[in-house]
Amino acid sequence: MNDEIKMQQIHRRKRLYEAIFFGLFRIMGFMVVLILGFILCFITMKGIGVMSWEFITASPTDGLTKGGIFPAIVGTMCLIAGSMIFAFPIGVLSGIYTTEYAKTGKWVKFIRLMTNNLSGVPSIVFGLFGMSLFVNTLGFGDSILAGSLTLGLLVLPVVIRTTEEAILSIDDSFRHGSLALGATKLQTINRVVLPMAFPNIITGLILSIGRVSGETAPILFTVAAYFLPQLPTSIFDQVMALPYHLYVIATSGTNIEASRGIAYGTALVLIIIVLTLNLAANVIRNYIQKKIK
Amino acid sequence: MKKLRKLYERLTEGTLFLCGNITGIAILLIVLFLFREGIGFFGRNSVEEGYVLALNRKNPVNKLSSREIKDIFDAEITNWEEVDGLDREIVLFRLNDITNYVTEEELGEEFEHIPECIAKIIHDHPDMIAFFPKAYLTENFSEKVLQVERIGLLEFFGGDEWMPTATPSAQFGILSLIMGTLWVSFGAILIALPLGIGVAIYLAEVANKRFRNFLKPVIELLAGIPSVVYGFFGLVVLVPFVQKTFNLPIGETGLSGSIILAIMALPTIITIAEDAMRTTPLAMKEASLALGATRWQTVYKVVLPYSSSGIMAAAILGIGRAIGETMAVLMVTGNAAIIPHSLLEPLRTIPATIAAELGEAPKHSTHYQALFLLGVILFIITLIINISVEFVKRKRV
Amino acid sequence: MINVENINFYYGKFHALQNISMGMEANTITALIGPSGCGKSTFLRLFNRMNDLIPDTTLTGTVSIGGVDIYQKNVLVDDLRKRVGMVFQKPNPFPKSIFENVAYGMRVNGMNNKKIIAEKVEQALKHAALWDEVKDKLKKSAFAISGGQQQRLCIARALAVEPDILLMDEPASALDPISTSKIEELMFQLKEDYTIVIVTHNMQQAARVSDHTAYFYMGELIEYGETKKIFTNPDKKSTQNYVTGRFG
Repeated sequence: MNDEIKMQQIHRRKRLYEAIFFGLFRIMGFMVVLILGFILCFITMKGIGVMSWEFITASPTDGLTKGGIFPAIVGTMCLIAGSMIFAFPIGVLSGIYTTEYAKTGKWVKFIRLMTNNLSGVPSIVFGLFGMSLFVNTLGFGDSILAGSLTLGLLVLPVVIRTTEEAILSIDDSFRHGSLALGATKLQTINRVVLPMAFPNIITGLILSIGRVSGETAPILFTVAAYFLPQLPTSIFDQVMALPYHLYVIATSGTNIEASRGIAYGTALVLIIIVLTLNLAANVIRNYIQKKIK
Repeated sequence: MKKLRKLYERLTEGTLFLCGNITGIAILLIVLFLFREGIGFFGRNSVEEGYVLALNRKNPVNKLSSREIKDIFDAEITNWEEVDGLDREIVLFRLNDITNYVTEEELGEEFEHIPECIAKIIHDHPDMIAFFPKAYLTENFSEKVLQVERIGLLEFFGGDEWMPTATPSAQFGILSLIMGTLWVSFGAILIALPLGIGVAIYLAEVANKRFRNFLKPVIELLAGIPSVVYGFFGLVVLVPFVQKTFNLPIGETGLSGSIILAIMALPTIITIAEDAMRTTPLAMKEASLALGATRWQTVYKVVLPYSSSGIMAAAILGIGRAIGETMAVLMVTGNAAIIPHSLLEPLRTIPATIAAELGEAPKHSTHYQALFLLGVILFIITLIINISVEFVKRKRV
Repeated sequence: MINVENINFYYGKFHALQNISMGMEANTITALIGPSGCGKSTFLRLFNRMNDLIPDTTLTGTVSIGGVDIYQKNVLVDDLRKRVGMVFQKPNPFPKSIFENVAYGMRVNGMNNKKIIAEKVEQALKHAALWDEVKDKLKKSAFAISGGQQQRLCIARALAVEPDILLMDEPASALDPISTSKIEELMFQLKEDYTIVIVTHNMQQAARVSDHTAYFYMGELIEYGETKKIFTNPDKKSTQNYVTGRFG
């Protein structure tokens, strides 16, 4: 009888621990939601006031305390386009190579290790590298070209990895079906593998655009201009960029207090871009999952 | 026709091979260029380019380190004895002191006599150390031009003063930057790791499908927010908050940096730790539950030990993320290059230093090279981190 | 001992068990047979509520053990599972030492007297006829012994918490014939102290070890009775076809 009571106590304690810890983890989970919610709400509330058609279509004026952020938006668009032109094809081809051609062996392991390493390199190191190679050695100067190449290198691992995942998720039976009909390996990749992997690869593209649009450190010394009201005319021009613009007006503008409004607005624009892109990626992903089912 | 197709296939495969190795090539190039820009640093001394330091001929001192020069000019060393010279007061001379010694007429109408004047002043003052542009060195300068010790590894890694633009002798000790980076990163991981593992357990073992489907995109979004936005948010919200809470003179402190970095490292930690926990075989969890263990007992007696290497990897990558983060840290930590004693002081990290100073450092100057060396250090740290993660992951229970 | 009444079980919309009622007596071995996917494993997992872990399932009807409805709200699952032990299809020892594997159940149930634990570990290993083979390597990893030994270790692990009922889900399907016969021998001995329910694919095994046999097909209980009768003179044609190997 005594044992029975003791057992009950032990069981009660067991369940109490479970309740405490799982409750704690639940709170932690909600905390993450809360953190994101707070950041989003805060920036939105403060930034929505300066949002206007003029804000996104006009140049900054009055020492960056008034006007809009149009040149920065255009600059960021240029950098997105430039970096994607470079990183997307190379990244996809690289993903095809590691998954379809060099499937096994030490060499692929080595390539994977390098890709992992590259994705772990801090963005500021990319900035240094871009400055040294593209700006100085190749003589591009501070330009869209130099900045795009630097950013392209930065997102290369993202593109490669999503491509690999997309291709690996395709069942071998499709390949065998094509090969059995006498198609060459290249034809199989072209006509069977790539079309099937395409939506997933696009998700990778969208995510890397999000990454490119927000990176600051790599463009500090390769392209970004403090203030440049005219729009770029060639790939050798400098441009303003949204993240750098936010950094400048938040920390070192001529009048930091007066430009706070603009800063909130710029932060909001950045967040909207990232939010939209993530949403798009999710929609595509869900669409694919539904299609598979 | 067949030949053409063969050629086409060959060409494509060649291109694929090249692209496949692009990341390896990139790593190689990064190493090459970072080293190329930075390696010249150790051959140089820290005296500002185009300037010289000169002593009286009779002064037995021939060589000084950059630290000694700085201390002399900061009047922290005031006697030659302290640098193995004679027991005499040091007399400092900078170019703008020149009118204390000679009249304007003596300098000549176009100041063309400055070199001679300087030579004469040094000659007249046996205990003087003079700092002036090289251009003013007379051709037959008969006094002694001071040799400055080259910057050595010990001075670079062990020096606690980072004053890259100080004159006459810049200081390139990165100890304070390394300490700053470590403090802020470990502060961040201290916050992020328990939180991240907790959330990962919740996602992997407790949450129902609906909450998981809700939380996953939230975490992705958290990872997607640009670091400059985090920095800005930290600047306008966190910094005043920290200042008020701890009643500090300024809120730009290591703690503000740690909190922001913790938020930024969270998605990495959660995702990797959760993936690791999901690899725990269902059979093992069932075995534990079938023996009467509660779900929590199953988590900490079976799931956590089984996924410990993955959780370790998550922690290491989280630290890596924190160490390399630039913009957010730059905006909220106050950037004071001093060795921090607590997280409530301003501090400065390696990436923030590069970002803040490279724009102003003249190309190929000692300062510029020092910043590239910082980049090399950062690169090596991340390389070590990535390789150790591979190592940890490979190790199975 | 075990009593099942009007059980219906669904995975989502799939009707996995249909209207099943049966009873099992204490200190007997009951074999559940039938082709794959017939629901016999699902049925077995009702008794220690292992199906609770699978999301989106529903159960109607009652399952009672020792007269208590185990799906009542106030029944504590971990308590139930302590009384109803389970051995799985594949040996699934924890990545711990042999000793710790057997001690696990006691530890999670709040036992921390080292001496008692050591005694009970020895007792359980002896009970599972494994003691002589592992007594010198209790500190070694459980993965260092053979598959058959691992499975007996899992049985010892289940016995160490002193359950009343032992559920076995194809315990010998991943093992070689010698290990299998050892486990069958073991079951005979265990019958004296435990009520055993075993799911098996292997007809001979069912015939050899069990007192009662239940034949499942497509989620329905086709026939249930004494093993001898089921294998020699079943009432239903379908049962006969299955036990004589004409299909399934």
